[in-house]
Amino acid sequence: MPEGTGIGASVRRREDARFLTGSGTYTDDINRPGQTYAVMVRSPHAHAKIKKIDKSKASAMPGFVACFTGDDMKVGGLPCGWLVKNQDGTPMVEPPHPVLAQEYVRHVGDIVAVVIGETKQQARDAADALVVDYGVMPAAVSLKEAVKPGAPQVWEQAKGNICYDWGLGDKAAVDAAFAKAAKVAKLDLVNNRLIPNAMEPRAAIGEFDRATGDYTLYTTSQNPHVIRLLMGAFVLSIPESKLRIVAPDVGGGFGSKIFHYAEEAIVTWATGQIKKPIKWTAERSESFMSDAHGRDHVSHAEMAMDKDGKFLALRVETLANMGAYLSTFSTCVPTYLYATLLAGVYTTPAIFCNVKAVFTNTVPVDAYRGAGRPEATFMLERLVDVCAKEMKMDPAEIRRKNFIQPSQFPYQTPVALQYDTGNYDATLDMALKMIDYKGFPARKEAAAKKGKLRGIGISCYIEACGIAPSAVVGSLGARAGLYECANVRVHPTGSVSIFTGSHAHGQGHETTFAQVVSEKLGVPLEQIDIVHGDTGKIAFGMGTYGSRSIAVGGAALVKALDKVIAKGKKIAAHLMEASEKDVEFKDGKFQVAGTDKAKTFGEVALTAYVPHNYPITELEPGLEEQAFYDPLNFTYPSGCYIAEVEIDKDTGTIEVARFVASDDFGKIINPMIVEGQVHGGIAQGLGQAMLETCVYDKDGQLLTGSYNDYAMPRADDFPSFEVQHSDKPTPCTHNPLGVKGCGEAGAIGSPPALINAICNALGVGHMDMPATNEKIWRAANAHAARAAE
Amino acid sequence: MPTTVSMTVNGKKVSGQVEPRTLLVQFIRETLGLTGTHVGCDTSQCGACVVHVDGKSVKSCTMLAAQAEGANVLTIEGLATDGKLHPMQEAFREHHGLQCGFCTPGMVMSAIDLVKNNKNPSEHEIREWLEGNICRCTGYHNIVKAIAAGAKAMA
Repeated sequence: MPEGTGIGASVRRREDARFLTGSGTYTDDINRPGQTYAVMVRSPHAHAKIKKIDKSKASAMPGFVACFTGDDMKVGGLPCGWLVKNQDGTPMVEPPHPVLAQEYVRHVGDIVAVVIGETKQQARDAADALVVDYGVMPAAVSLKEAVKPGAPQVWEQAKGNICYDWGLGDKAAVDAAFAKAAKVAKLDLVNNRLIPNAMEPRAAIGEFDRATGDYTLYTTSQNPHVIRLLMGAFVLSIPESKLRIVAPDVGGGFGSKIFHYAEEAIVTWATGQIKKPIKWTAERSESFMSDAHGRDHVSHAEMAMDKDGKFLALRVETLANMGAYLSTFSTCVPTYLYATLLAGVYTTPAIFCNVKAVFTNTVPVDAYRGAGRPEATFMLERLVDVCAKEMKMDPAEIRRKNFIQPSQFPYQTPVALQYDTGNYDATLDMALKMIDYKGFPARKEAAAKKGKLRGIGISCYIEACGIAPSAVVGSLGARAGLYECANVRVHPTGSVSIFTGSHAHGQGHETTFAQVVSEKLGVPLEQIDIVHGDTGKIAFGMGTYGSRSIAVGGAALVKALDKVIAKGKKIAAHLMEASEKDVEFKDGKFQVAGTDKAKTFGEVALTAYVPHNYPITELEPGLEEQAFYDPLNFTYPSGCYIAEVEIDKDTGTIEVARFVASDDFGKIINPMIVEGQVHGGIAQGLGQAMLETCVYDKDGQLLTGSYNDYAMPRADDFPSFEVQHSDKPTPCTHNPLGVKGCGEAGAIGSPPALINAICNALGVGHMDMPATNEKIWRAANAHAARAAE
Repeated sequence: MPTTVSMTVNGKKVSGQVEPRTLLVQFIRETLGLTGTHVGCDTSQCGACVVHVDGKSVKSCTMLAAQAEGANVLTIEGLATDGKLHPMQEAFREHHGLQCGFCTPGMVMSAIDLVKNNKNPSEHEIREWLEGNICRCTGYHNIVKAIAAGAKAMA
């Protein structure tokens, strides 16, 4: 482990001191003078007409302040950030997304009214007294039912509940390849719907300043500037100059805190009405029915192979659940973040994917850790195992046979992406070694002697991170740019404040970003402050998701630091009466090359602010620089995960005996933090694979609406994970740090590894997630029955 | 009808007016302004609100403030002494046992109670003990490591 505080060192986190002592400031920890409390009145029905709302009892309750419904709050709707087009070129169906329900409610949890009280309890009591008369309507709930002829319609304008019917790839080439295939492997699978469950429930505080007419919103967001843009421009018509968004310490996001939610607009609008601060904090049961859900695909896939197991073509059809409304990034998740990853790490020359996005009377579905890429990886890595079985090949060997080779980069896939670099054999070899793949048959035999079924499963993932080149995503329908902004303010005494548009909600930016600054400027960590999460302080930002912080935000930071160094060289050259081109900056010193003449970074900073001896006609005083960085390409982290499981036939219980991970994240800033990100991602992936699933009944009631019913992974569900970084890493070729991003890899790579291991143990072709004890028991006993025949 | 409750919190005598239905966690967060104790669920499962009441770890959302009348309560804010982290807090920092920090106060308070009763817990015992504490960030891996190290440091 490198010593010191620069790039590559496992520096202990600077933010931990406040979190460990209870001194963090999460949104619900903030209280504003004269604050009132909001309670959202939510629909108990999946689909209903609002016949009447009677406020009389509620408004007579003690401490009642105000009640607003959709009739009161006539504002713009919540916008969708990505326009996807149908295969015929026509635009998707984009229904309105009212902040407070207008005439109809379309999922359990849809907000009908907000009730504001002087205390939280009074607000709750008054909300309980609000009478809403509903005319209940039939609901379209599951994907398969919603697309059937005659299914209840979520939106009149979306015939058959189809939002879009989209395709990517060369269908004719795929059909031709299938026609000459020696073997075809087929797979039907479901990617189970998940509820993100960041441990901090969402919260929002709106505050109107009577003196200035300014609005401030404190909110649990991964991207405060995006919220300012969406809410200010599209919903409430408040100019950016009058609207400040603060996202303070945020207790986990995993995608669910990217989106602009109704409650943010409600408290901001309502504080302008009542001229008092308003706080809303979700109860966990509200989170279950209002945070955007994740995944929820039903797919059919086929792989055409030649006689040796070489992949010739891939054909995929997917139904993707959108829920009742189009959440901020919902539409791009099952398209541009999904189908574009279907090449995986393989040379499959022809791919075609058709995705039909479907409206249902359920909570909106949007990006959740990995967003589209876990769905693609689960599909592909399961299908590759089916291919191996079909060809009677070892799962490791069929993968190796089809890998894109290091000599083939940059590699253009048939589904739009161009991978810049990678070495897939390296991570596969490393993981096989870590798990002792050759020793598996002996372990299986030993397990069998104990009456246990042991299985092993491989998954080789790739993801597109560092989201995203603006021109590329713009051409595909994104309604935003996806660059990042950083500002470096060097103070007169040489301490440094960094203002970044990236937002940390567990990722440790206050440490890693400071390491980059320390490395570049030679300034000790104690003199570096990382500021994020406040549109009042930071020039601009697109926020944190898609494993983009270090790859895009870090690159913007490096650009700004380079500008500081360039200006510092000019100042130092003047001070040392040298030519600027002879000045080098190294280890915190500006030095005239080949001499011992030098000025420290602190001396140059002071000179910039006390410009007595200064090239004033050529250079402004001060030392502060800003940079925007728009990536040239996505980054492509990849790796190999292997799970080994042991199953008790009699009970169906499963023990994850070992889980090994070998990742190629390119250059790594802080290995300790990167490993922590991988651990967390693996746990979420294994949670999806063996425990978690969101269940609605046929009427659209959410059955998994609390921790009593939704199986959150606990500590005793997992072993310790074995995580290593590739011994032949391939740094990103197009960003200045060579970094790729690591936040989502664990959640992307782990589900197929576990399900492949379970299928291997049971000798079955497929098992849908979550692989519960009951499913495993049924499969294990069917297998035993077959074996006995 | 508001009632008055009095107790000792982090070594200081405190009292406040509360509604009878007020939970201990609400009293700690809202009346006393000690916001290090968090609320992560409404079914007493997540463990973000764990504090010590008379020396035992308790989910402060499962008891009424009135039930803590006269009790000795320790919250995360009362752990560090003279600016020095408790060995369990230090172990969490050293082993990267936290990411977003939201479950952390409950995890640390729960871990200390485990070690009080089991000086040298095995990995299995630590994982079993954490049944009532949910973390979404760390995959528990580094929390388990931190608790094992914290137990050694507390010995």
